[in-house]
Amino acid sequence: MAVVELEIPARPAYLSLVRLVVDAAVGSLAPGLNGTRLDDLKLAVTEACSNAIEAHHSAWSDAPVMVRCELDDNTVTVEVVDRGGGFDPNGLKTLPAATDPLRLRHESGLGIPLMRTLTDELQFSPGLDGTTVRLTVYGARAVAG
Amino acid sequence: MQLRTDVSSLDGWTVVSVYGELDVASAPELREQLIELVSQGSHLLVLDLEGLDFLDSTGLGAIISALKRARTNGGDLRLVCTQSRIRRLFEITALDKAFPLYDSPDAAIRG
Repeated sequence: MAVVELEIPARPAYLSLVRLVVDAAVGSLAPGLNGTRLDDLKLAVTEACSNAIEAHHSAWSDAPVMVRCELDDNTVTVEVVDRGGGFDPNGLKTLPAATDPLRLRHESGLGIPLMRTLTDELQFSPGLDGTTVRLTVYGARAVAG
Repeated sequence: MQLRTDVSSLDGWTVVSVYGELDVASAPELREQLIELVSQGSHLLVLDLEGLDFLDSTGLGAIISALKRARTNGGDLRLVCTQSRIRRLFEITALDKAFPLYDSPDAAIRG
């Protein structure tokens, strides 16, 4: 298993860099993960990093956000570690159905449901000094096998 | 620049073509631009996403915001999107039920 680590300042401008690094790391080290699954991973990691950056802003934290990728041929796990205030993913409000006109009142709250849909495994580990989100996506052969 | 937009007119509709990446870094800029267009009287909007390389939930939020403002003013916002990876995001979130996705600006204004 290979490990690629990246620390970014907690600012939105660095999200595209995270996607570039994930893309390059997966392309070199996890060739079984491509196409739609790689797109899924990049989107899920972006959502996790966006939440991490928001948590840092809420906590007035200057600390960097850490992104750690563990890669093998067919499986990629990305950990996003923030130093925000921590949060309870089970405390999220349930959104109205998309066909409900009230749904359009909600412009946010889509990120975590998206992460759940796009990943094969998703784990939140809230702590006193931040939250670690662990996202795993399998390549085609791993799913089939 | 992460995000670029071009604005044009088509049969009374304002077409906003979006290029680049739409995430939390760029969504506020697009949100403000669309709000500005609606407040200036452009209540019929087509948002052309064919040049978009990336879209996340914050970008979706900006689009929802613009749709609400357009409809509040008696108008509408319609989306052009044929890219499967962008369409997939609308399908996963079931927002394709709220936003019909069209193949071209012409198809969008015809409804």
